[in-house]
Amino acid sequence: MSDRNDRLSVLKTYKLFVGGKFPRSESGRVYEVTDAKGKWLANAPLASRKDARDAVVAARKAFGGWSGATAYNRGQILYRVAEMLEGRRDQFVHEVADAEGLSKSKATAQVDAAIDRWVWYAGWSDKTAQIAGSANPVAGPYFNLSSPEPTGVVALLAPQDSSFLGLVSVIAPAIVTGNTTVVVASERAPLPALSLGEVLATSDLPGGVVNVLSGRTAEIATPLAAHQDVNAIDLAGADEELATELEKAAADNLKRVVRPQPVDWPADPGTARLLAFLETKTVWHPMGA
Amino acid sequence: MADVTAGDGALRRFLHGLPGVDAVGLQARAATLGTRSIKTTAKAYAIDLAISMIDLTTLEGADTPGKVRALCAKGINPDPTDRTTPRVAAICVYGDMVATAKEALTGSGVHVAAVATAFPSGRAALPVKLADTREAVAAGADEIDMVIDRGAFLSGRYLQVFEEIRQVKEACVREDGSGTAAHLKVIFETGELQTYDNVRRASWLAMLAGADFIKTSTGKVAVNATPPVTLVLLEAVRDFHATTGVQVGVKPAGGIRTSKDAIKYLVMVNETLGDEWLSPEWFRFGASSLLNDLLMQRQKLSTGRYSGPDYVTVD
Repeated sequence: MSDRNDRLSVLKTYKLFVGGKFPRSESGRVYEVTDAKGKWLANAPLASRKDARDAVVAARKAFGGWSGATAYNRGQILYRVAEMLEGRRDQFVHEVADAEGLSKSKATAQVDAAIDRWVWYAGWSDKTAQIAGSANPVAGPYFNLSSPEPTGVVALLAPQDSSFLGLVSVIAPAIVTGNTTVVVASERAPLPALSLGEVLATSDLPGGVVNVLSGRTAEIATPLAAHQDVNAIDLAGADEELATELEKAAADNLKRVVRPQPVDWPADPGTARLLAFLETKTVWHPMGA
Repeated sequence: MADVTAGDGALRRFLHGLPGVDAVGLQARAATLGTRSIKTTAKAYAIDLAISMIDLTTLEGADTPGKVRALCAKGINPDPTDRTTPRVAAICVYGDMVATAKEALTGSGVHVAAVATAFPSGRAALPVKLADTREAVAAGADEIDMVIDRGAFLSGRYLQVFEEIRQVKEACVREDGSGTAAHLKVIFETGELQTYDNVRRASWLAMLAGADFIKTSTGKVAVNATPPVTLVLLEAVRDFHATTGVQVGVKPAGGIRTSKDAIKYLVMVNETLGDEWLSPEWFRFGASSLLNDLLMQRQKLSTGRYSGPDYVTVD
């Protein structure tokens, strides 16, 4: 009889998350992901610009359905994601501890904060119109109403340092208002992001609303910033030099750009990211006599 | 080859005497040809070639003269932001829209193709089909896309199908005394023919009857053009050319939506028939949404950044 210690553990193959499916990189490449001390953890897919292109197509396809869903429905689905995260808490604690070189208690605090943040943003789904919309007084017999609408396909460069809390803090505010996203995971610590894809796939979130790519941030972000079918880009995970370059490329089709700035991820996020990817639609409606 | 069409029995013997299609081999061959990597300058060439081979099609019950005119404008000048984009080969419409399309395309060199003979089912009496054809030709159609009577074909009445194609071909002759005729494309609706053997028989039957082009599908049924079926057509054309010296064109239609698919078809044509067929005169794509994808790919090649559906027309 074999001893329990003889058992070969089953290593996990981390894959991209695109259009609700888990493909390998189109290029067939992978790269080694190590923990904070340099010990090998797993191979992650090294996505190419074609993976980025496919992800944008998936996000565009999902946009109509997701932006057209009721705010209530989107909120419910985000709550569901939080429920699923709760169930996988231990796995994320483990991955975050490895990736960021944190003690178990510190990693637990990060994961708990991330789940709480997800719930916090879920609650915003049917409340953004109240703070970003308005009834405007106009000089005429009209109701004049402004309401926020999602921008469209948003490319998110996830923060490099905060592999999970930071990741959640850029994804949740973008999708809760009805945008669809292409997320470039932290280059050095992509595993929590790739595992998040597995959670999203089992949370009633329509395929394509969140697409997760891992690889070299510069390689994937460059075609995304220049892509004519991407409407906005969050540069949280880009360094100063890359951000400048991406901003130039993004100017071509007037993308909305959120510039990288130092963020204290555990602190109260405020509504800045929530309101960053919205367009205002104003309707004039004649008043009755 | 005249003897094989002398009578029903001779025709049946000939068609059933054609070698059977090795389905597994055929699919493997089509799949292999689909793996070629076409990049950079070759890709740019292929995209321009594919655009110039498109029969830009609108065959909806809801077609209006306005929509047809818009499609014609797009066919003449597919990408207004880049005037080096080639124009398409033809605009394919229902018979009643031929005059509208003809007027919109005057002087552009883009042909008007009309579907006729009770498209897409082909379920009408022969005189009706012939009248349908003559009407479209009289209205100015340069090309006629006819459907065969699949019911007759599947029940083995080959001579009836043969005669029908022959008579429609006669109806394609213009009555303005010029002695010229509209090009005849014969649609098999391969999705309804059940077997590759039937597709090969239908190809030979149509070519013997004088088809200028053979075409896979109407685009109106569940299964449309597939690479294996198109390969059967290409091989039949190759063999017919070797036997009789007559060159016939091929047109896959329906279900071809991406540049990648279109390029796979071009590889198949080149490998099966050679580059003689790599021209709009001998190979066409029946498509509507394919053009937008080709244009987006073309924009990607010329600007280096990915384009999106906001930069091409909706229809």
